[in-house]
Amino acid sequence: MSGFTEIKSRPAPVSTTGTIGWIRQNLVSTPLNTLSTVIGLYLIYTFLPPVLDWAIFSANFLGTDEHACNGGGACWVFVKQRASLFIYGFYPSEEYWRLDLVFALLAITFVPQFFDAFPYKKWFGIFSITGLPVISFFIISGGVLGLEHVETEQWGGLSLTLIIAFVGIVAALPFGVLLALGRRSNMPIIRTMCVIFIEVWRGVPLISVLFMASVMLPLFLPEGVTFNKLLRAMIGIVMFQSAYMAEVIRGGLQAIPKGQYEAASALGLSYWRSMTFIILPQALKLVIPGIVNTFIALFKDTTLVLIIGLFDVLGAVQSAIVDPNWPGVATEGYFFAGFCFWIFCFTMSRYSMRLERKLHTGHKR
Amino acid sequence: MPATNAQPSPNKSGLAVEIKAMHKWYGQFHVLKDINLEVKQGERIVICGPSGSGKSTMIRCINRLEEHQEGQIFVEGIELTDDLKKIDEIRREVGMCFQHFNLFPHLTVLENCTLAPIWVRKMPKAQAEEVAMKYLERVKIKDQALKYPGQLSGGQQQRVAIARSLCMSPKIMLFDEPTSALDPEMIKEVLDVMVELANEGMTMLCVTHEMGFAKMVADRVIFMDAGQIVEENEPNEFFNNPQNDRTKLFLSQILDH
Repeated sequence: MSGFTEIKSRPAPVSTTGTIGWIRQNLVSTPLNTLSTVIGLYLIYTFLPPVLDWAIFSANFLGTDEHACNGGGACWVFVKQRASLFIYGFYPSEEYWRLDLVFALLAITFVPQFFDAFPYKKWFGIFSITGLPVISFFIISGGVLGLEHVETEQWGGLSLTLIIAFVGIVAALPFGVLLALGRRSNMPIIRTMCVIFIEVWRGVPLISVLFMASVMLPLFLPEGVTFNKLLRAMIGIVMFQSAYMAEVIRGGLQAIPKGQYEAASALGLSYWRSMTFIILPQALKLVIPGIVNTFIALFKDTTLVLIIGLFDVLGAVQSAIVDPNWPGVATEGYFFAGFCFWIFCFTMSRYSMRLERKLHTGHKR
Repeated sequence: MPATNAQPSPNKSGLAVEIKAMHKWYGQFHVLKDINLEVKQGERIVICGPSGSGKSTMIRCINRLEEHQEGQIFVEGIELTDDLKKIDEIRREVGMCFQHFNLFPHLTVLENCTLAPIWVRKMPKAQAEEVAMKYLERVKIKDQALKYPGQLSGGQQQRVAIARSLCMSPKIMLFDEPTSALDPEMIKEVLDVMVELANEGMTMLCVTHEMGFAKMVADRVIFMDAGQIVEENEPNEFFNNPQNDRTKLFLSQILDH
């Protein structure tokens, strides 16, 4: 019987590693793959240069009025001139600093979430979803500490979009969690109530929810009782999105093996403790893509408040492009509005991918 | 041979577990039939039987992971009823290890071990960690304390699961086929820990097919089939002189291969 000799490990063949290996594996591995690479390159070649030319190379950046815009490129002068309308809406211009302050606070609390080494990162995060909304409300609304009161009718533009989206996101997640837990509850009354809530709100279009909130609701309220249109719209959005959120989270809860519930019970953990420490952390982690998907949808759905007369960033753009002084700037306006939404949605998307990577703790069992 | 006589004797008699005329159904399926069992404190019981015989279900009734519909179960003198307080009280005294370990994958080994002592026993964190490290050392896995369960082998995970239960200082340990999901190489490391635990006088109920383990540590072996306790005896008698034909058949199948 021949002896066993151990074979030493060798480096992998060059053709499977490095740039060449990457190209072979990803771009030209099969005939179909090669074909799709060629088509992809052709499409980029056809569409990218004209877009870049319009948006950057032939575009007009300098100047103060419509005469500054000539040539075939985009007229960014328009966006520059109307930037304050797009961002602050009809908020009084001498009070712009208050919104700037809130934007700054928002940035200060959120940017650290992208850096692991940042000290007190967790507390910044907690503050951003608890204290920050309250403080921001008082800063923006005023009426305290000598700040002039600004009616919500004057709120608008990108800042209004962010306010609605932020409130929606911060409130929809906890409501969604409670609804999802309720829907899986053993108690029939709670379960039925949650099912009805979810199915009703999920089954109506957001537009009709907003119409209900702005037009119908006041009819049902007693004489003389009014409450703010913005608040009503926000409540409508939160209800609507928490129903969606609940179903996303329920998906995560269902994916947690029964053994996890049993192990938690066997250790004597109560229902709420096993949910808080064992089940929800795992379930939420599993459905981060779904949660962020809902957040992004929510963020974009805020544009619908336009139809009940709230003046978000898209509303501001639409009102500006019909200005006869600025003919033919619709594309630029919509491009800007789209870009605003894209920036925030893309940030959320990147953050969620980061979170997924960070929370990954080896294979599941 | 039917089970020992059920007498109305709560914990004063020193019984860790007492099951009296217990029946359980899954829907219409009568899964446990007239179970009578007394386990003294410090006694080591091994429960075996073919799959589907109800052995796991029976031990899962002891910490109320399964609900029984008839009869009575007393654990350390406390009767298991719908009373949530009593269920919590019992679960605090009863540790359990599962076939698939059921460690919490999002927590480190150490956090797995300290979670319940901190939140159920209200132990300060530092003390809980100290206790956890003590038990992790006993199951010879102290150096893995900061890893996540997914980074450990099956045998290591099961040892962590045992340590996690021990951190709650249970009076009774339930083992539900703790080695069935393990590679042969890893079975021994888990059994070694269990033998050590048995030698220290822990009350243990083990559902297992490890007959070597049964011979070595069990005070009594129970054989179940079709939801009933068919036969129970001390290990020597049980293996060398089985009474019931069903037991003989089962033993011939698992021992002669």
